[in-house]
Order: sequence, then structure tokens, then C-alpha cells
Amino acid sequence: MADRPHLVVIGAGPAGLAAALTAARHGVRVTLVDAAAQAGGQFYRMPAAPLGTRRPRALHHKWRSWERLSGDLDRHLATGRVRHLADHHVWCVEREATEPGPAERKATGPGPVVRGERPRSPSRAGRSGVAGGPVGAFTVHALLGPRQERGVAIRADAVLLATGGYEKVLPFPGWTLPGVLSAGGAQAMLKGGLVLPGRRVVVAGTGPLLLPVATGLAAAGARVVALVESADPRALARAPGALAARPDKLAEGARYAARLLRHRVPFLVRHTVVEAHGGDRLDGVTVAALGPDGRVVPGGARRLDCDTLAVGHGLLPHTDLAGTLGCGLDGVAVRVDDEQRTDVPGVWAAGEATGVGGADLALAEGRIAGRSAAARLTGRAPEPRSRAAAACRARAALRAFAAGLDSVCAPPAGWAERVTDETVVCRCEEVTAGTVRAAVTDLGAGDLRTVKLLTRAGMGWCQGRMCEPAVAGLTGCPATTVRRPFARPVPLGVLAGREERDNGEDSAVRTDGRAASATAADTGTGTGTGTEADRCESSKDRRQADTDRQ
Amino acid sequence: MNSPLRLADAHPGPSFAVTFDGREIRALPGQTVAAALWAAGVTSWRTTRDQGRPRGVFCGIGVCFDCLVTVNDRPNQRACLLPVEPGDTIRSQAGTGHDG
Repeated sequence: MADRPHLVVIGAGPAGLAAALTAARHGVRVTLVDAAAQAGGQFYRMPAAPLGTRRPRALHHKWRSWERLSGDLDRHLATGRVRHLADHHVWCVEREATEPGPAERKATGPGPVVRGERPRSPSRAGRSGVAGGPVGAFTVHALLGPRQERGVAIRADAVLLATGGYEKVLPFPGWTLPGVLSAGGAQAMLKGGLVLPGRRVVVAGTGPLLLPVATGLAAAGARVVALVESADPRALARAPGALAARPDKLAEGARYAARLLRHRVPFLVRHTVVEAHGGDRLDGVTVAALGPDGRVVPGGARRLDCDTLAVGHGLLPHTDLAGTLGCGLDGVAVRVDDEQRTDVPGVWAAGEATGVGGADLALAEGRIAGRSAAARLTGRAPEPRSRAAAACRARAALRAFAAGLDSVCAPPAGWAERVTDETVVCRCEEVTAGTVRAAVTDLGAGDLRTVKLLTRAGMGWCQGRMCEPAVAGLTGCPATTVRRPFARPVPLGVLAGREERDNGEDSAVRTDGRAASATAADTGTGTGTGTEADRCESSKDRRQADTDRQ
Repeated sequence: MNSPLRLADAHPGPSFAVTFDGREIRALPGQTVAAALWAAGVTSWRTTRDQGRPRGVFCGIGVCFDCLVTVNDRPNQRACLLPVEPGDTIRSQAGTGHDG
């Protein structure tokens, strides 16, 4: 097994699982690296094992596809074709210095990765068009366990990024109150920890995620006071071609509608939450009807009492690792070709990272990517043309549907106008909308980076992941993808190179989350290292101290 | 009244004691610190540096850092990611958590 080419798949959600299983079936050795204790990603987030659930399927839909995936994973784990490194938080993927420069890369394009062809020099690699290639051309750096203090480095011949997405939440007055949380966050806490944030919940925003969140919370005993969707689902009928291509998606929508009815959840379409109310905790929201222009209809506002607001405005791709590798982006998503290859040789990407489109699309992309990676790594053509064409057609139909849905579920045009100057936009640094606006109007900022430098919006713990779309919307500056050197905070000791080498099939490598956690906990204290979060804080403390002295 | 535990037909291992700001609460094995606090009815456990505003879970998946908390005297732990352990001393975090 050890002599087979080694593909590291990062992310064990639908895309990563599909990719890993497909690649393993096609003859490569796969290491599936994932931050969670169990496979499944956010979509198939499982309750923690010690919670002993006998009916986890009650929290999920598309359970049969999960059973297939997890069954296949178990079989591949048993044969050793796949290793699953749970509780491994990848913070960086490094490409060895055999890569051609950007200009050469552009000229040669994403060529095949051929095992055994070890270029003698970077320039030769570029000229010959043999892209990537040498064994161990990549090093995947991960932090172990929940404490994330110890690092491990995993060598790979090729890397497949299935890093998924995270939720976009646009600000409104009151959105920082405890009790207001992202819709996906509410669902994650329910699926993983079997807890509800409160008893009376409003689910609001826009996009297809709101339906499973509302029905899931209701089934688990919350009273869902309303599902507030700013889009008009009837507009889907006008999305060209997309609906006809995926009648199954319509049926899925109908099933959700039936469930909402069963749980007596009022479904307010073309409505939005304009304000969240409360002192130390949410006690209600004001919702208002929207006109066709996306602006609030005068006189159409009313208050709904609730202790929880689960709100979301769609998803954003996780592109940090792709960014550190130098992969090109289309808008905010990783750019891929027909085989799901990024434009960095030896790096594939699949699922939400390449454009948000849901679990079915992630599965389709994962399978295409896994087949391509296995073929390229073993020096074969990816697959028979007819089969490739069928897979591409399925992917195209799903992408068209996602694009149609996306255009319908765009946040309402007037959202930025409803953000008062006092509203905190950057949650970490407590930067208000007024400050952000003033950076443009008074200080002349013309791009997001300048706004950030002038206001500190995006400089805090989350590094702009939460506030960037809001700052772009409020300022009119084009949304750009921030290139972050690391995908998560890293202890200084790990940065300094104090990390273990992963020896492939070495038994010392822990393959289950609990063992990995224990290992991390064993050395959990006294490393004397600060996290990135701590460093942000220290710099701020110093700044404050400087101010105090003046 | 349904509950998430009942919905998923959960038979968790025995609950254990942890403290939150000196008060004993019960937690279930496998839950995160955030889930244990939610189960105990606690939804905010941090105040912000500048304005002292209360915060709790926001993104729920380790992206936003709103749910930072002090656990066993270690500040800035992400409650939504950190598994709760028997005997944990969980404290509300003010500001950076380094203010003593």
C-alpha cells in the first residue's frame, strides 16, 4: 500500500468523502484529514459518539446517501486504502519549491501529475509541462485535537481540497445580541450537541438552508415562531431552465413545505428582520414586508416575541488553503476545470469551496475530482469519455440549479440602508457601520483593504470572515477574497517547526478523534505558546497601553 | 414536549459536574462547552473588550470567535469546538480574558 501514490483529501464532508472513496477505489492511497471528531462535515454532522444516539437519522435528510458513504468509508478503512485523521485542523498546505513560477504555470496549465517523474529543477518542471509530480510534493500542516496546540505534518503527492463553506450573515441593528446566531450554527449545535438555543425561535434571512433549519428545530421541540425569507420562491419558476433540469429539487422543496405545515411554522416570504431587540439577551425581533425593490414597505412592520433568532444569507466558500497554495479564484470560489483541477498542478478542489451548490453537487464534484486525481496520479487518462461526459452533465445541471437558486435568494437590495450607523459590523473589533462608511466618505478609502486599515474592520480574531461581505456591501467596494497566510490560529511553537512528521501507515498516527484529543491533552499545557487570537489581543493591548501613556 | 435528545433517541453516558462561574451545572459526555452551557440555559458567557457587550455562540462551527470563554484558567477557548470534560471550571470571559 505504501508504494501507491498518496492523495491527501482535506475535509470529510460530502465532497471530501466522495472524492476520497472514489480515489481509493481507483488505486491510490488516501488520507482523509478532517477537523471534526467524526466524518460527515456540516451536512452530515453526527451527534458526538458518547451521546449514544439510536436515531441520528431524525436530525438529517438524505440519510441513505450517508449510510452508503459511511459504509464505504468503513470498508476502505478496514482494508487500509483510506486513513481517516479526525480532529486534525489543517492550517496550511505547503507546496515544495519544485513548482514553476506563475508565468510558467499559466503557460503550461494544469498538467497531469505523473508519479515517479521527479523534475530536477523548477524551471525544467515548468518547461516540460510535468506539473506537480514528485512524491511528497506537498506538506499538509495540521493541529491536533480540540486544543490545537501540537502540530503534525503530512506528506502528499497530491492534495484535494474539500474545505466546504461557512455562513454569510449580514448585519442589522441588534444582531450581536446573545440569542442571535447563524442559522447553520443553530443546526450544527442541534445535530452535534443535541441542544437548542432557546424555546421560541425565528428563522430568517434567505436561502435554501433556512428550510432544514426551521424544520429541524421544530422537530426537536423548539417553537418556530416564523420562517422569514426575504426572497420570493415564486421567482424560482422564472430562473431559466434550472428547475426543469432538477425536478427532484422541487419535490424536496415540497417536502419541506409539508413539514413546515405539520409543525405549524408560518412562512413569511418577501419579509425580513429589520431589528433584533433585547438587553442582555434577545427578546424579540421586528419583521417587515419587502416591496419588489427589496425595500421595506411602509407600515408593514410588526414585532415577534422570541428568545432565539437563527439568521443566514447564504454560504461562502472556504478558500484559505487554496489561497495559500496560490490557486486562482473565480469571484470568491476556487477556480477548477472539468476534472475539478485547480490551476495549481497537483491540487484538486470539490464541493462548496469551488462554489456553493449543496450536498448533491458536492458529491458529484467529489466523485469527478477523486477519479481524476487517482487517474492522474497513476498515469492513466481519467476515465472513458462517455462516463466523464455523463458526470459532467449531472454536475452542470446541479450547478445551473444552484445558480438559479442563488440569483433568487440574493439578499434584498435595501439591506445595507437598514444598517444604522450605530450597528456593529465587525463583531471582533466592534467597528460600527458609521465608522466603516466614514472611511469611504470622509477618509477617501476606495477598496476593502484600505477600509480595513483605517477602521480595523476585519483585523480581529475571525480575520474578516464574518464582516467582509457586510463591509463590501456598506462601502460599495468590490468584494475581494482576502488571502490569509494561515487558515486558523497557529501556536507559535508549531510555526517555529515543532511538529511531528506523519509517517503514513505508521501505527503511531492516531486515526480516531478521541485518541487524538487525548494526545493533544497530554501535552496540553505549558507549551508557552500563544495563539493567533492571543497575538491579536496582545497587539491591541499594546496599542491601548501606548494610548494610555500618551 | 419533544427534545433533541428524545428526537435522536439518545442514551448518553452518565452526566458529570462542571462549574460555570462557580455554579455547578451538569454536562453530558461528548458535548462541547457551548452545548453544555446551552443545555444549562446559559447563552452568553463573554463580554466584549471595548463596549463590554455580552456574547455567546454565533457561528457554531469555529469560524467567528464570538463564543470565546475561559476554561480551566485558559482564556480564549472556542466554546463551540472544545469538548466539555468532567470537573471543568468554566468562567465568563471579560475582554481579552487576560485582565485577571
